Amino acid sequence: MSTQVPEEKEQSETEQEVNAETEAEISEGASYGDQRRDQRDAQRRQSVSGAPADIEGESFRLKVFRYDPEVEGKMEPRFDDFAVPKQKGMTVLDALIYARDRYDTTLTFRHSCRQAVCGSDALFINGRQRLGCQTQISDLEEPVRVEPLPHQDVVKDLVVDMEHFYDQMHAVEPFFQPEEDPDGDLEEYRQTRENREKIKMSTRCIWCGACMSSCNIAAGDNQYLGPAAINKAYRFAMDEREGENMKEHRLNVMDQEHGVWRCQTQFSCTNVCPKDIPLTEHIQELKREAVKQNLKFW
Amino acid sequence: MHEHDVLVIGGGGAGLRAAIAAHEEGADVAIVTKLHPVRSHTGAAEGGINAAIREGDDWELHAYDTMKGSDYLGDAPAIETLAQDSPEETVQLEHWGMPFSREDDGRVSQRPFGGLSFPRTTYAGAETGHHLLHVMYEQVVKRGIQVYDEWYVSNLAVTDHDDAEDRECHGVVAYDIKTGAVEGFKARNGVILATGGTGQVYDHTTNAVANTGDGAAMAYRAGVPLEDMEFVQFHPTTLPSTGVLISEGVRGEGGILYNSEGERFMFEYGYANNAGELASRDVVSRAELTEVNAGRGVEDEYVYLDMRHLGEERITDRLENILHLARDFEGVDALEEPMPVKPGQHYEMGGIETDENGETLIDGLYAAGECACVSVHGSNRLGGNALPELIVFGARAGRHAAGADLGEAEITKGKTAEIEEEDGLDTPVEPGAVPSGDDEAVADGSDDVAADGGAAVVDPDETVRRAVERERTRIEELMQKDEGIKHSDLRADLQQSMTENVNVFRNEDGLKQALEDIREVREAYQDVYVNDPSRTFNTDLIHTIETRNLIDLAEAITLGALARDEFRGAHWRQEHQERKDDEWLKHTMLSWNDGTPELWYKPVILEGEDKTYEPKERSY
Ligand SMILES: Cc1cc2nc3c(=O)[nH]c(=O)nc-3n(C[C@H](O)[C@H](O)[C@H](O)COP(=O)(O)OP(=O)(O)OC[C@H]3O[C@@H](n4cnc5c(N)ncnc54)[C@H](O)[C@@H]3O)c2cc1C
Ligand code: SF4
Ligand code: FES
Repeated sequence: MSTQVPEEKEQSETEQEVNAETEAEISEGASYGDQRRDQRDAQRRQSVSGAPADIEGESFRLKVFRYDPEVEGKMEPRFDDFAVPKQKGMTVLDALIYARDRYDTTLTFRHSCRQAVCGSDALFINGRQRLGCQTQISDLEEPVRVEPLPHQDVVKDLVVDMEHFYDQMHAVEPFFQPEEDPDGDLEEYRQTRENREKIKMSTRCIWCGACMSSCNIAAGDNQYLGPAAINKAYRFAMDEREGENMKEHRLNVMDQEHGVWRCQTQFSCTNVCPKDIPLTEHIQELKREAVKQNLKFW
Repeated sequence: MHEHDVLVIGGGGAGLRAAIAAHEEGADVAIVTKLHPVRSHTGAAEGGINAAIREGDDWELHAYDTMKGSDYLGDAPAIETLAQDSPEETVQLEHWGMPFSREDDGRVSQRPFGGLSFPRTTYAGAETGHHLLHVMYEQVVKRGIQVYDEWYVSNLAVTDHDDAEDRECHGVVAYDIKTGAVEGFKARNGVILATGGTGQVYDHTTNAVANTGDGAAMAYRAGVPLEDMEFVQFHPTTLPSTGVLISEGVRGEGGILYNSEGERFMFEYGYANNAGELASRDVVSRAELTEVNAGRGVEDEYVYLDMRHLGEERITDRLENILHLARDFEGVDALEEPMPVKPGQHYEMGGIETDENGETLIDGLYAAGECACVSVHGSNRLGGNALPELIVFGARAGRHAAGADLGEAEITKGKTAEIEEEDGLDTPVEPGAVPSGDDEAVADGSDDVAADGGAAVVDPDETVRRAVERERTRIEELMQKDEGIKHSDLRADLQQSMTENVNVFRNEDGLKQALEDIREVREAYQDVYVNDPSRTFNTDLIHTIETRNLIDLAEAITLGALARDEFRGAHWRQEHQERKDDEWLKHTMLSWNDGTPELWYKPVILEGEDKTYEPKERSY
């Protein structure tokens, strides 16, 4: 299913109902554990009250996309509103966890590391692909609106199907293929500092899928390898340890109909990558290399 | 029912390495993992991998440093195996393309790390774990090893023998997170648990939300002993609001710790007059909390770590990642202001008892990585020693499970002649499972083995089938309830009590309080319910099952901590301020024993290949 919920509709009907529901929960549904934690949070807020970013007692609105193909009442996509108290340093992921643990344990999203390395919580936050855990609430306009990554099938709530993304990553032979081994088991391949520096940014990819989701071309052409997979290919093609023949092979993989040439240098992938990988630049460089390689054979 | 020769549970560093090794040995191997492999917590490791690969260094020095670091609670055969195998394993990673940092001559770089007598920490920027994880996943893709990702393993399929030593493991039961299907996985040769750490027992941890110790808890309930669980490493520099780790590298480069009075307390109050900020992790963590308790903490909670004086250029060159972490996770610009830091749970030294081939007490069941205790870290792990543990013992477990002959293990398993029973541990409440009505499957899964009183099931297929049935019933029960207690409340209560009572500082009253709290949570768990009725991606259900595992592990940690009345490595006891080698050169072991935890001890092996390690005072 597509993630597009018409703003108008959602504002007018569904949301109000849900609003009423969650508000009610906020006021009376607090369990013993919740109350204890509220107290502790209040203490905590008090203890850091000197800090400028802390606005005591104030809440913000978190608007979260909801959908479940199986559950009546959730089959029709909608938005839920949650009131979340502001805390210094709070991220969008913290807010989602707060909403889930306090108000609605059925709220579903992927998360694990909380520190921008596992790539599970790429989301569409206030209209842009970002990692929930890496995004400070204080950097966002309110209400904070959280949706699943666009152009991906939604499994439930904020969870999207990543299979296609993984397939494209796997399609570029994403593993090291050197031509010959160094002599001796304990002997390393030699790699210059410069060469490592060259591939460094490309090796930082955490497979979050933000780039793919932001790419118009990928949205229109399901077979397009996409920025993450091409970046993966770049990481190997530019690694001097693999050798020249292998590089040629890798460029051939890129130099195909749904490879590098599809890229129209719109930079949207580069703009959203949470690891600051210069994706568009890498794609352009592979295009140039592919051209050079062809020239060689003329 | 799915069927493979070897099943690896977990796709982190240990699991991936085990799978590759089993595959190379010719086995049909599959990985079953609740997260996609590249989402595993190994990706968060920053510092590096210890391996003696340079002239001037050798495995014996590495072994010696590790034994000393462990405060003489590591087993020599395990430590020596780690030191001997890690060079080849580390270079192997390089051969698989790992982008290690490089020297001018093109060889991989190494750097100094706490407690090491040689700069033997091999690294890839400050993202060593990320690269290690991805490089190994690439090798898994290359070999076409089957990965069942987003499958949650909720139970082991173990035969029903009365005596845990006679039991055999024939597979696992797993829950397809995407569809809700509960299915059996049969392993012809072996099951390898590589499910990672237990950080979620605490509410302030550097660990991922997924680190709920599932493998350790499942093995424990199936009858495998847990070893040395009381040894929990707390890292002194984590961000207060999230627990995100600020690497030791900051202090390594010259970062300074201040209290609220602006005093450089490591020196000012004599916590470590030589090493100062670079004293070992346990020492710095205790110093910070002492400052906070003495009223010299900032906001009664944390201290400051300052690196501004290093200058923007040096910071961006060597600690760039830290600037991002401080900004993204604490909203602090570390070029302009000091970073708030406090100790946070970081690593579980204990775990599933294994020998150096990865075997556990139960036939066909293996464990490797942070969930296992082989034991190389003893009471204190040196930085940079966990990653080599993953690849060394992951590979060994994989090979052995696939049928390779690794020779006789020197580390014993289970209760051998030399063990010592603990009788007289004074617990305020009855630990262990809450008694349940007879035939019914219990919703909390405490009837993992042999609970229904029927004839013992030993046939492999039947064992798996039966485990699947039990699990289906348990899940149905959890889903059927319409009201009750939320897992999130229980988890929070548990974490809070552990953080208050079983943290860096421990005393008898606190530990007893924790046992009472754990009991309360355990009883409340009988009323836990899953609010989400959906079969699709039901994380409510998954978190509910995980919470049960956290309860058992919290109890194991606390029981061990109460029993060990001495001060060793990371385990500090207010009433016992010295290391007692006469009494305590032994591992704390805990057996589930069908619901009643049983504490016993086994001696530490200090005898190595050609020398015996003599306990010495550990000063840095
Ligand atoms: C922030 C941080 C920094 C660190 N830095 C270093 C360092 O510099 N050097 C060093 O040596 N060590 C370091 N460590 C320690 C080291 O990284 C970990 O001990 C190690 O990565 C654990 O690896 P693992 O394979 O055992 O587990 P993990 O990588 O956590 O993998 C566990 C796997 O098990 C799976 N799993 C868990 N439960 C289930 C279940 N029920 N069913 C199915 N699958 C399941 C998960 O999906 C995951 O794939 C660091 C740790 C942290 C937290
Ligand atoms: S390239 Fe960047 S945006 Fe794309 S998957 Fe990798 S980390 Fe995410
Ligand atoms: S939770 Fe891992 S990247 Fe955000």
